[in-house]
Amino acid sequence: MTAEVGLAALWLAAALAALQVAMAALGLARARPEPAVAVRAIAIVQGALAALAMAALIALFLASDMSVRLVVENSHSAKPWLYKFAGAWGNHEGSMLLWVTILGLAGGAVAILERRLAERTLIATLGAQAAIALGFYAFLLFASNPFARLDPAPRDGLGLNPLLQDPGLAFHPPTLYIGYVGISVAFSFAVGALITRDVGPAFARAMRPWVLGAWIFLTLGITAGSYWAYYELGWGGWWFWDPVENASLMPWLAATALLHSVTVLATRDGLRAWTVMLAVVAFSMSMIGTFLVRSGILTSVHAFAVDPERGAFILALLAIYIGGALALFAIRIGTVRAGTTFAFVSREGGLVINNLLLSVILGIVLIGTLYPLVAASFGVQLSVGPPFFNKAAGPIALALVVSMAVGPLLRWRRDDAATLLDRLIWPIAATGFAGAALFVLAPPGLFPLLGLSLAAGLAVASILPLVGRNPWRTPLFTWGMVVAHFGIAVSLAGMACDSAYTAETLTAARVGQPVRVGPFVVRLDGIKPVIGDNWSGLEARLTATRDEATIVLRPQSRIFTDPVTTTSESAIATAWDGQLYTVLGQPDGQGRWQLRLWWKPFVTLIWLGGALIALGGALSLVGRWRRERRAAAREAYA
Amino acid sequence: MTAKHQRLTLALLGVAAIVAAALLAMSALKDQASFFYAPSDVRAQGLPLGRAVRLGGMVQAGSIRRAADGVTVHFIVGDGIATTPVTFAGITPDLFRERSGVVAEGRFNPDGSFTATNLLAKHDEKYMPPELAGKMHETRTLKP
Repeated sequence: MTAEVGLAALWLAAALAALQVAMAALGLARARPEPAVAVRAIAIVQGALAALAMAALIALFLASDMSVRLVVENSHSAKPWLYKFAGAWGNHEGSMLLWVTILGLAGGAVAILERRLAERTLIATLGAQAAIALGFYAFLLFASNPFARLDPAPRDGLGLNPLLQDPGLAFHPPTLYIGYVGISVAFSFAVGALITRDVGPAFARAMRPWVLGAWIFLTLGITAGSYWAYYELGWGGWWFWDPVENASLMPWLAATALLHSVTVLATRDGLRAWTVMLAVVAFSMSMIGTFLVRSGILTSVHAFAVDPERGAFILALLAIYIGGALALFAIRIGTVRAGTTFAFVSREGGLVINNLLLSVILGIVLIGTLYPLVAASFGVQLSVGPPFFNKAAGPIALALVVSMAVGPLLRWRRDDAATLLDRLIWPIAATGFAGAALFVLAPPGLFPLLGLSLAAGLAVASILPLVGRNPWRTPLFTWGMVVAHFGIAVSLAGMACDSAYTAETLTAARVGQPVRVGPFVVRLDGIKPVIGDNWSGLEARLTATRDEATIVLRPQSRIFTDPVTTTSESAIATAWDGQLYTVLGQPDGQGRWQLRLWWKPFVTLIWLGGALIALGGALSLVGRWRRERRAAAREAYA
Repeated sequence: MTAKHQRLTLALLGVAAIVAAALLAMSALKDQASFFYAPSDVRAQGLPLGRAVRLGGMVQAGSIRRAADGVTVHFIVGDGIATTPVTFAGITPDLFRERSGVVAEGRFNPDGSFTATNLLAKHDEKYMPPELAGKMHETRTLKP
């Protein structure tokens, strides 16, 4: 019964999306007020129905209803309830359903919350949002029905990939998707504004909170995904330049550029065409990412489907939406008036540099991700890995850090290069001092050295906008910028420390034998069998000693029953100055056990920085919202 | 500067940036893309020295030897036509075993052997690296 309710909700939502597109078109053609009310209401109900379908699927997974094919293929009744719940989106159909649910809910949220956008532009925006949703509803209903039944129903399911059986599954995909698909709102805003030719500061101010909201979740999702990969895979790395990771990084880069250009449009009415273009590009990157991950052309833990028909379907949707938006852009942008001009040395100029550098990094990541696929279609098998991305994108990322340090210290409209240098004296001093100190005390490689010194400079520069101001009277969105930029410095310092100062020991150890790694002496105390809900395994007890202080770690090697898979569970001890990362390998047959140990100084700063960046976004969002409310109250009072 | 001029300058800057990115990426790709080899490809095309590549094939029966240090493994990868000896130091993946597919990332040595920095083992048919599935299909040795 639940499955039928879900399927019916999905069909109804699709029908409403079609109705929403039609009503929006009607409203725009007739320029009458009635359809606007209808479009808003339809958008809200459509979002609610999509959410109902998702709830139905979750209920089926929680109940382990083995008459539903998707549950059989991806779940097992012996699985802990958290993984039954989160397992609803740990597969192709479920994750696509989550995708459209968020798309529908985002449209509903725009319909409920958006009050500033001109009414006609809002109708066009909701029409565009429904048009995207319609395509993906069709994809679900015709190519990936999550509610298909299986007759006769088997006694139990096949289980979930053990790598996914982790609390991270409950947090990382929904967070990432809210950001990923939330960017669709920016896309729809851009399409709406192009249709009504209403690109200006008011449009930018209306779009900004939506971009910011999606960007916060995208940042959190990427940060969480990076930490999950770090502890789950047991390889000690936190970013692998895997195509799937790139698929989430590309929309983030575009959204970050958009976030900065939309500020220029809102404050100074510049970069009109560029901002609209970026909004189109940002969601296009989300869709390209979805295609890469969900079409099955990549091999990874994220790629569930290997059905080429689905890939072709998503590719067709991609072509329609991206092609359509670009065509609309080409036709309409000539009729959008150019915005105001500005001097090169100015805040606007700094933001243009930021946008150019982010676009270049985006281009490099896009080329590196797509190149193997293009080559494969010509019959050449190759893979593009970390050496390419680090070499090509690394130097530009460092240039971006420099522009990030300088940009916020520039004045709007016009600034003076000589006095700018005065303002930069402290950041430059910090960079030089950090570089010299590191070079003398513990010389890392060139890249980490540059990274650490620039991180020090950026940390100082990012705080400077607060100097000389009363911190309580400084607007929250200024705080947001400061915290986010400081977060980048923190994260960069973590990355540089990890790449320069990580100590690694790989050995086969007997019980009782001490092993050195970094400042620690690690002793293998013993190995004992352990058993969990749907797995059994071996657990090592390690005691790590540093300066008389002892820590106990218990890395495991697990064998899951359904499906039968072995995974290693790393054990990580966090100290204030880094993490000790331990992995248990196999026995060597002579009473020794393989151990892989890393001491990673300050590696935690990477994710702490990510959290700070997201916090900065949140502060900024609250700050903008409060200012709007105050302005509205003042208007009402006057 | 008029608005039109500024627009043009910005557009040109944008185009220049994208061209620069493309050139940079292409030049880096030329040395950094890691190509996939099967042992028989090496015999046909010669050794790709001094660059990161992937070597794929089946771990030959009876070829896995563990060194005295307990962490180094020597084994032989074959594709039904030719074989390549491989050395790897590290924890081998759980599904790394004889008569099973493997993809090794690393470099060839001048003597024709291969030093791997990373091993990707075949999980099951679903998780088989596509390049390996393709190669194995060509030489018709794909058997569970």
